[in-house]
Amino acid sequence: MNLNLKVWRQDSPQEKGKMVDYQLEGISEHMSFLEMMDVLNQQLIENAERPVAFDHDCREGICGSCSMFINGEAHGPVKGTTTCQLHMRSFKDGDTIFIEPFRANAFPVLKDLVIDRSAFDRIQHSGGYISVNTSGNTQDANATPIPKENADFAMDAATCIGCGACVATCKNSSAMLFVGAKISQYALLPQGQVEAKERAQNMVAQMDSEGFGNCTNTGACEVECPKGISLSNIARMNREFLDGSVTK
Amino acid sequence: MSTLDGKIPAGPIKDKWTTYKDKVNLVNPANKRNIDVIVVGTGLAGGSAAATLAEQGYNVKAFCYQDSPRRAHSIAAQGGINAAKNYQGDGDSVYRLFYDTVKGGDYRSREANVHRLAEVSTNIIDQCVAQGVPFARDYGGLLDNRSFGGVLVSRTFYAKGQTGQQLLLGAYSAMNRQIARGKIKMYNRHEMLDVVIVDGKARGIIARNLVTGEIERHSAHAVVLGTGGYGNVFYLSTNAMGSNVTAGWKAHKRGAHFANPCYTQIHPTCIPRSGDYQSKLTLMSESLRNDGRIWVPAKKEDAQAIRDGKLKPTEIKEEDRDYYLERRYPAFGNLVPRDVASRAAKERCDEGYGVNATGEAVYLDFAAAIVRYGEEQATIKGENNATESRIRELGKEIVKAKYGNLFDMYKQIVADNPYETPMMIYPAVHYTMGGVWVDYNLMTTIPGCYAIGEANFSDHGANRLGASALMQGLADGYFVLPYTIGNYLSSDIRTGQISTDTKEFEEAEKHVKDRIEGLVNNNGTHSVDYYHRKLGNIMWNKCGMARNEKRLKEAIKEISELRDDFWKNVSVPGGAYELNQELEKAGRVADFLELGELFAKDALERNESCGGHFREEYVEKSGEQKGEALRDDKNYAFVSAWEHTGVPSEAILHKEGLEFNDIELKQRSYK
Repeated sequence: MNLNLKVWRQDSPQEKGKMVDYQLEGISEHMSFLEMMDVLNQQLIENAERPVAFDHDCREGICGSCSMFINGEAHGPVKGTTTCQLHMRSFKDGDTIFIEPFRANAFPVLKDLVIDRSAFDRIQHSGGYISVNTSGNTQDANATPIPKENADFAMDAATCIGCGACVATCKNSSAMLFVGAKISQYALLPQGQVEAKERAQNMVAQMDSEGFGNCTNTGACEVECPKGISLSNIARMNREFLDGSVTK
Repeated sequence: MSTLDGKIPAGPIKDKWTTYKDKVNLVNPANKRNIDVIVVGTGLAGGSAAATLAEQGYNVKAFCYQDSPRRAHSIAAQGGINAAKNYQGDGDSVYRLFYDTVKGGDYRSREANVHRLAEVSTNIIDQCVAQGVPFARDYGGLLDNRSFGGVLVSRTFYAKGQTGQQLLLGAYSAMNRQIARGKIKMYNRHEMLDVVIVDGKARGIIARNLVTGEIERHSAHAVVLGTGGYGNVFYLSTNAMGSNVTAGWKAHKRGAHFANPCYTQIHPTCIPRSGDYQSKLTLMSESLRNDGRIWVPAKKEDAQAIRDGKLKPTEIKEEDRDYYLERRYPAFGNLVPRDVASRAAKERCDEGYGVNATGEAVYLDFAAAIVRYGEEQATIKGENNATESRIRELGKEIVKAKYGNLFDMYKQIVADNPYETPMMIYPAVHYTMGGVWVDYNLMTTIPGCYAIGEANFSDHGANRLGASALMQGLADGYFVLPYTIGNYLSSDIRTGQISTDTKEFEEAEKHVKDRIEGLVNNNGTHSVDYYHRKLGNIMWNKCGMARNEKRLKEAIKEISELRDDFWKNVSVPGGAYELNQELEKAGRVADFLELGELFAKDALERNESCGGHFREEYVEKSGEQKGEALRDDKNYAFVSAWEHTGVPSEAILHKEGLEFNDIELKQRSYK
């Protein structure tokens, strides 16, 4: 198929960016979206132009590196997929495709489609852990049975890949789905109880200081999340936060 | 040629590690505060090591090329992690895990290391649960297990099909706690481009800030490489796009011996390639072989008809299918080790029984499992007269619960529904057992430079068993290195801070800068990918699943020529001091172009077939094992550790003899 691409180009965080048009021919429907981008970049290199910078690594939907806003949707039109798992069969010959970086104040553009998501790391530093040293002498893994249902919910929350699609898609640039998922994972497990109150307080405070917006229950984050992280994690985060605020 | 000392502690194998720990030199907490350690790579090995060393009180500087340590490629491991917990009461023990791993590695691993690995395996599960890793549980709330290839017990712990992700996020959380305390200084988007040696010891690294392009000097009392494997030398592999050999290779060029580079694992269950544009291959977890049956058509004309699109797999009658693994290996069936399963698939496809358009695919079929689970569920639910379609419906629910995310992934990539029609799979490069040579302390031949996890060579011999990579990464990082590195650093307590303002750092920095400038100013005609693909083709065709002397010699010559061409004609757009992804790739491919040659040399010198290294000249000629790999324990029971001299294929071979005192060397039989 032949495609018209409109791609965000920006040389550095300081400079202004703009959409640039590119034409691609002979794209196979079996290609992944990033393989289509590879074809574009090879074409640019052959013409002695600079290729488009974009983050990507595992290309199997788990590392969370890829982060393209495609035709106005985080990770493109297919639900429950990352950009790297999107295939060209979702497009048709002659399509015009708009490709932009995930946009949010807390995610500054570094170059072209590459953004700085270190705010997510800093939120995790503020409480995204259970304080246990590596000793080899913790209690036996089966000493505390955990109801399967709780373990499964915790796992569902823990599958977040930290890509930032929730932030990019939210009209408020809220990171509450990301933060709620981490708080929920630990809140649902007995190991996480000891520090639960402080964790919710600290992570929320860090989230606010990074410049992420608040949640107004639109639910777009859940819809666009490639891992289907549930909105109920935000509700649980709010409960944990409230609990910590009033009982501390 | 010389022999290498693995520094294995004396005494019975069961006591070696305990005795070592009892006698090892320790560093007191006040002195740890004055000691810096650099950890390169933040996957399971690097991440767990960084966190644990920081907990102990060392000042850790951690580096990763990704934008966050959470994205290291350990995250993509699907199936699980082994541990000798024996929660299932099915006869598992530390000894059995040790035995299975040595046998699975085709008797080419170091016994003492493997036993230590099996010993600490149980601690890993305890530690991870304490961190909040949500492993799968049964209805009683206890941990669930599944079985993996090459073993007869269920010892694999898992978190759906995302075990690597959950374990890595556990290690990442432990790192985050130390980053918050200021004990780990994290350098995201940084790539190590050289190791700096001062007075014969590793004392720092040169790293490139991938955002600004700035070249930085970092000093420390020890340098730890947890930088993963080099499967991307094949261009197409299941590794992440950025996975590379650069850190290990730079250490090699500075004096670290590189061991067994030819030991590569070709994983049997990957999604077949679909075209020339393919950028990477996707693995489907080995756990699928618990329930999936592997087959090809028994008749060549059926296979041809399928390739031509005239016949569907579901139309082939049961008696016209060849379940070749069940036929050849009745004892282990579809759960033979990876090397055996991969070669069997290649053999069938080479004979003309392959099934997709390329002829390079076999079926992995869940129809029987769906019916089996469905009948079981119907009985549980008391539906004695359930119809066939009801049974299939019930069965599909169970299969979905077990493998749903894998099936979804397959569907997304292939656009085919594996609940209704068998999956197509083909082997792909997945893991490298070879790596930087280390002794029992995990120290390389450069004093103060350590290699852990997939980056080293020690535990998996010539073939790794499923669910053992995660085990080794975390064992090295959480439980082994933190002890062994103290033994070395105990003599460094009076050294004080290492200055970066020395001629050694200056020389290394200049070396790095010259090379980068050479690349960006080359004004060549071909892209980096052009060379990487060419290298991958040579590797796959001549150093892949089956190797022989003639093709390996050709490979050495062709890789050497390709490398010359690369330096003359590669084109790297953009500048050195900016975010430049082509430049990053160019540096990595340049190193692969050297490693590939050593790889072929190593394969050429090893005149036997063992594990993932299969030489067509060395197979059983007759009997029940006809056509199976033929090891030569008399002449080749050693580790090949290569010393760099300049040209990769002129590296000097050092041998570390492998002694098997606790396990009898036998031909691996899975029949």
